[in-house]
Amino acid sequence: MWKNLCQKMFGRSLWVYHANSGGCNGCDIEVLNSLTPYYDVERFGIKLVGSPRHADVMLCQGPAMRSTAQALKRAYDAMPAPKLVFAIGSCACGGGVWFDSYSVIGPVEKIIPVSYYVPGCPPRPEAIIYGVAVALGLVDKKTAPVQCKEPELPIPRYHPGELRGQGELVVYEKAEKV
Amino acid sequence: MSILSKLEETLVCLKAGRVTLSYPAEAKPLPEKFRGRPIFDASKCTGCAGCANNCPAREILVYDVCQEIRILKYIGLRCTYCGRCADLCPEKAITMSQEFENGTDKIGDIQQRLELFMSTCQRCGRCFKEPSVLEQLKMKGYRFDDLQNERWIFRSQARLEGDAVVDDVKIELD
Repeated sequence: MWKNLCQKMFGRSLWVYHANSGGCNGCDIEVLNSLTPYYDVERFGIKLVGSPRHADVMLCQGPAMRSTAQALKRAYDAMPAPKLVFAIGSCACGGGVWFDSYSVIGPVEKIIPVSYYVPGCPPRPEAIIYGVAVALGLVDKKTAPVQCKEPELPIPRYHPGELRGQGELVVYEKAEKV
Repeated sequence: MSILSKLEETLVCLKAGRVTLSYPAEAKPLPEKFRGRPIFDASKCTGCAGCANNCPAREILVYDVCQEIRILKYIGLRCTYCGRCADLCPEKAITMSQEFENGTDKIGDIQQRLELFMSTCQRCGRCFKEPSVLEQLKMKGYRFDDLQNERWIFRSQARLEGDAVVDDVKIELD
């Protein structure tokens, strides 16, 4: 759904508003790094704007804090309607290492709906560009949930076909003394 | 004077190359000791939960659903890739990979979930895992067969409640 919306509404250029709600400034620097000539994001038409009223995309850095949550919510409400929120950095994605502190509410998705996540502490500028490129549909995402299961649980020691029931217990016919 | 300086500027501009990396098409090589996201190896993991006890962001959860199965879950949202889990893993089951392009639209995409089959101590009933595959073969039986009496004992009744949804972040958020 987000991908379709992105390709329809944000096909040409994204104007980005850059909101820090209490991060350590590391992710800010990485975002600004991706605007430098070395990783020139204006190739994709991405431009940094100063006001949320001009923006299509909000880049959130830092967790939602008790003191800044209201301002973050107001900045989100001020953006015009088809809007995306990127949570950049592990603070914005999950609350950061100080997630259980008294002043931290948690990830920004507790305050505003988040459509894309770029984890990392801080994420490399390439990672941020990659996240935006996933949103624009230029590349496919590389991550997928990993589940490792034991093949069969429980692993039978004997061949289960040779078990015979005897009341409550099950007896193995060809039992050997060990 | 001014014309000369303009000419000099033109020369400098002609000499200047192009530094922009066309990133999603081509990538720069990473530094050697770069730490990306940790990768968990279920075949080496013994379920000692040292990583879960020492994770500064408390992103690795370990819980036993029944007597035989221990689940180790890496959520990874607020992981700072500090590498402490990989450092102290006694079996080197965790490696810090060089994957950093983790941008997703779904929150559960970074999760890793290992189901470890544990055997239980006959005295205290706690889970443990034999150190090597050979020693696991040597063991006289798991919890659910009684070799002395040549009988088969029913295993514990606790079960996994279906397949756990990967996208559940309730544990982590609450």
